[in-house]
Amino acid sequence: MARSMAKTLLLAAGAMTLLGASASAQQVVNVYTTREPALAAPLFEAFTKATGITVNSVFVKDGLPERVKAEGAASPADLLMTVDVGNLLDVVDSGVTQPVDSAVLSKAIPANLRDPAGNWFALSMRARLIFEAKDLPKPASFTYEELADPKWKGKVCIRSGQHPYNIGLTAAYIVHHGEEKTEAWLRGLKANLARKATGGDREGARDVLGGICDVAVSNSYYVGLMRTGKGGPEQQKWGDGVQVVLPVFEGGGTHVNVSGAAVAKNAPNKANAIKLLEFAVSPEMQAVYAEQNMEYPVLAGAKVAPVIAELGPLKIDTVSLVDVAKARKKASELVDKVGFDN
Amino acid sequence: MTDLALRRSSRRRAHFLPRRGSAILLVSGGVALLALLPVLALVEIAAQGSGDLWPHLIENVLPEAVRQTLMLLVGVGMATVLIAVPCAWLVSTCDFPGRRMLDWALLLPLAVPSYIVAYSYLDVLHPLGPVQSAIRFMLGISSPRGLRLPDLRSTGGCIFVLSVVLYPYVYLSARASFLVQSAAALDVARTLGAGPLRTFVRIAMPLARPAIVAGVTLALLETLGDIGASEFLGMRTLTVSIYTTWVNRSNLPGAAQIALVMLALVLLLIVAERSARRSRRFVATGSAKPQAPTRLNGLAAMGAVLLCTLPVLLGFGVPLAHLLNATIQRVEFSGFSMDVLREARNSAVLALAGTALALLLGLIVSVAQRLDRSRLGTAFARIASLGYAVPGTVLAIGLLTPFAAFDNFLDSLARQFAGVSTGLLISGSGGALVIAYAIRFLTIPVGGVEAGYAKLSPHLDMAARSLGSTRTGVVRTVHLPLLRPALATAALIVFVDGMKELPATLLLRPLGVETLATHIYAEAARSTYEDGALAALLIVIVGLLPVILLARISRASAR
Repeated sequence: MARSMAKTLLLAAGAMTLLGASASAQQVVNVYTTREPALAAPLFEAFTKATGITVNSVFVKDGLPERVKAEGAASPADLLMTVDVGNLLDVVDSGVTQPVDSAVLSKAIPANLRDPAGNWFALSMRARLIFEAKDLPKPASFTYEELADPKWKGKVCIRSGQHPYNIGLTAAYIVHHGEEKTEAWLRGLKANLARKATGGDREGARDVLGGICDVAVSNSYYVGLMRTGKGGPEQQKWGDGVQVVLPVFEGGGTHVNVSGAAVAKNAPNKANAIKLLEFAVSPEMQAVYAEQNMEYPVLAGAKVAPVIAELGPLKIDTVSLVDVAKARKKASELVDKVGFDN
Repeated sequence: MTDLALRRSSRRRAHFLPRRGSAILLVSGGVALLALLPVLALVEIAAQGSGDLWPHLIENVLPEAVRQTLMLLVGVGMATVLIAVPCAWLVSTCDFPGRRMLDWALLLPLAVPSYIVAYSYLDVLHPLGPVQSAIRFMLGISSPRGLRLPDLRSTGGCIFVLSVVLYPYVYLSARASFLVQSAAALDVARTLGAGPLRTFVRIAMPLARPAIVAGVTLALLETLGDIGASEFLGMRTLTVSIYTTWVNRSNLPGAAQIALVMLALVLLLIVAERSARRSRRFVATGSAKPQAPTRLNGLAAMGAVLLCTLPVLLGFGVPLAHLLNATIQRVEFSGFSMDVLREARNSAVLALAGTALALLLGLIVSVAQRLDRSRLGTAFARIASLGYAVPGTVLAIGLLTPFAAFDNFLDSLARQFAGVSTGLLISGSGGALVIAYAIRFLTIPVGGVEAGYAKLSPHLDMAARSLGSTRTGVVRTVHLPLLRPALATAALIVFVDGMKELPATLLLRPLGVETLATHIYAEAARSTYEDGALAALLIVIVGLLPVILLARISRASAR
């Protein structure tokens, strides 16, 4: 029995090596991404088609910097892709990236959307917006501050306060109004919640349609993904069942966050990683980001998808993303302090 | 046996397997060390210091996390007992229509991961879902806004979801205990005038208590470590807090510190369970006639069928029906992707390899414990079981560092002396993941084999030895064949758990390898879990066969 088990073990080990079967002499680029695979896939496919370079990727939702750091000199990672500027800076701060000097990247990406030292680059943007029940009159304007207004008591749906998207929003609030006012805002918003702060952004639309809440907070691309029917007929119903408002900060604009990438410090295929980055900000790929992922492109002049353009002009908030990222720790503490997710 | 033969065998024993510090004990110590690896790594990470985190945690996070964790534990503990024990009693001591099927069907929820049950119920019970739509239709309410029912995303909802998937742990052990209870004790009670209910409460229940406690402990450990369902349903348990501290506050040392505190709590729980078991050990008189099942008729039979069907429906039927429906809709909408087959293969291969390794390591530890009979052997077995008490995410983080360090060490050696790069040999190949599965689920074979050994009288070993068998011979020719049911049971549970495993898989899998579980998680991460319906269905289907086999083996071995 012990022998048969040892045999099974050997067999399994053999099968395991098949698992990792990858391209041998071929040109490759290895991508570690916190981005959902389905959203990154169009970029990778187009890149392989255009350059013949194979993209190996692994979706590491959490622990990307820890993993690359632990793997050290032998790490196969070339490009590290994340969503949320805070996560991007975390990766940079953990010392696993290297600066890149590329005229293509500097030209395509506005200065406030990349690291002056070249350690990170934003590739696309998303706005944090509001879903509102269709039977309510469409407001002329909506501010993030208003979400804490007692008139919405028991009528707001939002995902976990500790989720990076909401931490980003809360951090931006701190940059605008300071800690004290942010705490009061969080308390007001918490008191307005219709259900526990959890789930994803699309559930906000579903819950508004289901009568659980009147307003919900969501990222902009979900509107496009739902309304175009990409997420299936059910989700199309949710997306069509709500009206969408682009809120602003009092005296500011709409809060945006980014998805971005950095080249790994020990990248075995550094040149290919830079190629992939440059490819990502080409007009063709920025159009893919816009059309397939429903995001706002970073490349000046690139068009957004019609279903996103419908939402109206985006007035991007004026505060610096790096400042927002810095206020993130405080934001996370305040969310705990008011018991937002309890 | 001649004198010569006896002397030779004893000399050989003295040479190869000295009683103190025997070879197998040494290997067992190695296994224990391996299982301890993630904990040691955690201690190392925790020692890096977490800055000013603790005052904040103590003031704002931990009181609520502890409160919610306790509520969940108490709720799931009570609910699983209430669901599982009556069913186990009915199926093992009564006879009613459908009993033979329900006997194994009650185990089916084991095949469904808790996070899938949570996703399914949110869909089914949502105001836009079938249940509430039907209620509104019957009440004549046209808009979903006209009716507001309690939300699943709550403590109660989470207790419900976890209880309907975790009760089989309690059912399995309670049933095993009821099956071997001798008819004699129960008959005596009956002849002394106790009714069936009184017999159950006064005799059968106390006799089964250690087994029930063991089952509940397993269910509670699962609850404690759960992240998929708990986080999705908006709970802030200790495990979720560890995760949040690490991911959102980028404070890994802080997360490791909370994890160590939690580990201490878990150890306390396990020690308490062990001592409770020790103080109430009942000798099962193996030769006693098992009870003849009581035939139920009429209303009683109907009640029994209903009571035993409901858990199967809630923990398995409803999620499965929902997954089937969602899969059909998805395949119609976006077609069938071959990727899912590759993912299924990856899941199966990884789980299989993990099972084989866990079984091998578990056997080593248990055999060492049996042969050596020293405290050290028992201590190694306890340490080897630690992995189950560590939440998967934490375990994965704890393994990441030592594995990668080993790989880098090997790589630099190879570069230096052979001029080739070995790359990430363990962590890059899936080997790390297989070892992680083995460590995480090692308690299952260790516990299973230990329980199997408990039934094998030491006289058996003595008899074999007196007939000239060596110590290894005893293991090979006597123990292994007799332990087969225990080993098979352990293998099946580890395999199913491996297929469902998410947090360690997510962090440790190599480049380009998706499994069914990570696929579902990736879809859920962008709230498109319907896209993962097919993958979820496959996990459930692959898990079905082992679960059915499990029910058979456990009944056969109880008899």
